[in-house]
Formats: sequence, structure tokens, C-alpha cells
Amino acid sequence: MKSLAETEQEIIDDFTFFENWEDKYNYIIEIGQQLPSLNDKYKIDELRIQGCQSSVWLHCSEKDGRIYFEADSDSVFVKGEIALLIKVMSGKLPDEIVNAKLGFIDTIGLRQQLSMTRANGLASMIRRMKQFAAGA
Amino acid sequence: MTAETIRSLTNEEISLIRKEFPVLQQKIYGKPLVYFDNAATAQKPDAVIKSLTEFYSEYNSNIHRGVHFLSQKASDAYEQVREKVRNFIHAESESEVVFTRGTTESINLVAQSFGKAFVTEGDEVIISAMEHHSNIVPWQMMCEERKAVLRVIPINEKGELLTDELEKTLNSKTKIISVVHISNSLGTVNPVKKLIAQAHRREVPVLIDAAQSIAHEQIDVNDLDCDFMAFSSHKMLGPTGVGVLYAKRKWLEALPPYQGGGDMISGVSFEKTTYNEIPFRFEAGTQNIADVIAFGTSIDYLQSLDRKRLLFYEHQLLSYATERIKEVEGIRIIGTASEKSGILSFLIKGGNAMDIGMYLDTQGIAVRTGHHCTQPVMNFFKIPGTIRASFLFYNTISEIDIFIEALKKAARLFHKK
Repeated sequence: MKSLAETEQEIIDDFTFFENWEDKYNYIIEIGQQLPSLNDKYKIDELRIQGCQSSVWLHCSEKDGRIYFEADSDSVFVKGEIALLIKVMSGKLPDEIVNAKLGFIDTIGLRQQLSMTRANGLASMIRRMKQFAAGA
Repeated sequence: MTAETIRSLTNEEISLIRKEFPVLQQKIYGKPLVYFDNAATAQKPDAVIKSLTEFYSEYNSNIHRGVHFLSQKASDAYEQVREKVRNFIHAESESEVVFTRGTTESINLVAQSFGKAFVTEGDEVIISAMEHHSNIVPWQMMCEERKAVLRVIPINEKGELLTDELEKTLNSKTKIISVVHISNSLGTVNPVKKLIAQAHRREVPVLIDAAQSIAHEQIDVNDLDCDFMAFSSHKMLGPTGVGVLYAKRKWLEALPPYQGGGDMISGVSFEKTTYNEIPFRFEAGTQNIADVIAFGTSIDYLQSLDRKRLLFYEHQLLSYATERIKEVEGIRIIGTASEKSGILSFLIKGGNAMDIGMYLDTQGIAVRTGHHCTQPVMNFFKIPGTIRASFLFYNTISEIDIFIEALKKAARLFHKK
């Protein structure tokens, strides 16, 4: 199994192919559309992270000492961001998740495209993931 | 409408106007900026920017209390703007013009001061279902404090005010009506003159939230006969942080001060303070001098153009965009009132508003997405938000073409599942 840092590097490498914001946007939309929808039974208020312009539902689970995440959003772009986070974080060891710096968000130039309220939504999603891992 | 024919702006005139707005000259992600977020804030012409720099580099000083040359110059410039505003909205006297931080503060001032003076338990305040949060929350706060009741005139599916409901809602407990002139999320132009006349038959005063209309209508407070009017400089090409409260003299004289501090007093002792005359009584502390002065320049700029023609042209932009947007698959326009201003709110089937807005951003097109601070309107239409394009006279038909082509691409992007 790849380490969290290795997966982050993979994403960074993928994004070097994109020359501009439009290409990145199209890619994030594409992976957002490919991310499987979350089972409706998890789309409940307790699992909801309320953003300013979109909602996210995050379901966390643990199996054989590894942490798994599934999530969904009413925004495809946010689903794309989730897909990236899941690729990096899901199936990893609790320690890796808790200590993840997630520098790739800056490196691939995603952070600078997000207005403050949107960036806060991403931050609360990451916080929830880490909280679950810390408690596992 | 008179029979006179109004000439629209020519391409040459538009391109001359655009040259005066430095922000519009740039490229975003390598594409020419298409700025369709004018309902949020308008761009500033060179003259306005220059007047800010001039103030700070040539005559910066505090106003109203200095005996020196610079202070006199700054005070004169500041007070001249009051006269410019008076002239712009056709108020009777410049003492009816109070400078505030913006529309929001103007409404808060009236809600608090009027509430204190005239509203008691069981009284009623009327607003409409299409108000911006800034014309809801201040009244809610005041009503809660004074145990008064907030009542709401509903709207129909087109986003028009049900004016007949006003008559049913008005009663002997009604103390004030506060209603928006042009809806920021729907573009509806409300028949405010009629509403004011209706309210006055019952001797109920009316506040008009003119934030969206001040740049897009020719406002005449005398003709409207409104008691209060609130608007912001930044939506009419001026700086942020400055707004106006217009109030009829009889009301300003009857209202208690909103905030205490310097400049609003005539004498202070520890036993008793007497207040300055209107409008200064409502301008406590050092005012936003530079921005007020530059606001005056934005008024000069607007007055230097033929506003009738500008507004005619803005309507053409809206009609053209409304017609062309129907070419986009899955389009749903939110706000289809028969009287509309240059605001086009819409959704695309299968596309989240924010996702579409972000796609437009990749094309260098600036729009607003979300609930536009009008959550009750969104709840009425059972939608979380809209995409909103809003136009001003420096926008062009070819920008609308770029926008429509981008929307078509976005629609295709979100149609393939």
C-alpha cells in the first residue's frame, strides 16, 4: 500500500500537466463526476459539513487498523476536491492521517482559487477526517 | 414614458466610457475580463480614483473643526458632496442628507432611532418578502427589543410584490414600511411610488432601500415622496465605505441620535449633552472624508453622461441577455417580473450554481453565485441559490455573447452524467 506522502506526490505530478486554471477545473469536475455517490443513509445532518454555498456529507469508518472515507456534495467541484482528499487520506493509517500536512493543496494551486469561505469548508472537512483518525 | 425617442449608446461611446475604467482593461487567466458582478459593486472610473489620491496627497485634514487652510478646504469639499447628493436625488435641502458607511448602516440608523422614538409593544413594521438581509435583520432586532411585530408582504412566482397584500397588512398599528426599490437577487423593480402613496393615505412613513436602483434609475425623492431612502456609493461607481441616508427634515428632526461622539454635539457637560443640528447630529466622530469626496466625483461622472441614454442601454443589455440565455440547455430564469432592472438570476439544470460560477471564472467572467443575502427569496423558490449576472452601462453586447457561449459549454459539462 502506498504511503500518504507518496499519494500526495502522485497528485502533484498529475497536476504538472495542467497549464491553466481551466484545465485544472475541468479535471477536478471530471474526477468529481466519477466519485461514487454516497449511500443516501449517510446523507444525514450528523454527517453534514455546512459550507456557505455547498454541503458535504462525510462518512468515516475503520477496518483492520486503517481509516476509510466516503463523501458526497451537491457541488461537483467540491466532489472533485473530496476525491483528491479521499485518494490521499482513505485507507491510510490513523497516524499518517493525523500528521498529514496536505501540502499538495497549495502545490497544485487549488488553495489560491478558493475564496475564504470555500477554503474554510475544505479545512473543516480535513479537521473532521483528522478527528476521526485521532479517535480511532 | 414620453413619446421622445431615446438613442442608445453607440459602440464608440461605450468604448470611450470603458477606457475610463482601469479595472476593465485587464485580462484574467489570459482572457479579457467580463465583469458582470455590478450588483455587488461597480467598478471605478479614473476620476474617482484620482480624487482619492488628490485628497490624501494635497489636502488631507480633518473637517468641521479646523481653522487652518487645509481643514477649510477639506470641509468645503466634503460639504459640497452633500449638495451634489441633494441635487442627484432631488432632495429639498442638503440638511436632509446624512453620510453613513453604506445602505446597511443607513437602515440600521433608521430602525434604531425610529424604533426608539415611535415603536412600542404590539406595533407593527412592514417589509417585503424580497428584501436583502440588511433590510430584514435591523428591523427584526428592533422589533425584538421593542416587542413589536414584523410583517411581510409576499411575492408571486414571477418575483413580483403582491401589492394588494399591502392594503390588507396596513393597519392602525403599522409604524413604518421598509421596502426595496430593485431586488438584488431577482431584478424586480417595485412600484415604490404607488406603495408610498398607499402608505401615506394611512400616514405611515416609508423607507426605500435604493442600493440597487441608485445607479440604474433616475431617483427623485421629491416625486416619490419617500420619507427615508438608503443607498451606497460603491454601487454607483464611488468608493466603498460611504453611503447615504436621505430623510425628510421632519423625520430627521424627530429622530434621536444613533451614535454619540465628536462632531454630533453642540455642548457637552457631565450632566447634559445637547446635540448638534441635523444632519451633523447623525454623523458622530471623524467621517470617511476621502471616500465621501471621491463619492462626489462619482456623482459628477454620472451627471456628465446622459443618464436617460445609459439606462436605456442597460435595459437593452438585459433584454438581449434574457433572450439569448434561452439558447442554453436546461436554463431556468429566477425572477421574471414585468418590470426588471439589469439583473439576470438563473440556474442550469444539473449544474450547481457555484460550479457554474467557477466555470465562468475560468473564462474570465465575473458573476455572483449563492443566495445573494436573500435567503427568504431562495426559500420561496425552493432553491439554495442562483447564478447572477448584473450589468452596467460599461458592459457590451459582445461580452454577453462571450458569456452565453461559456454558459453553453458549462451546460454541456454538467449534462453528461
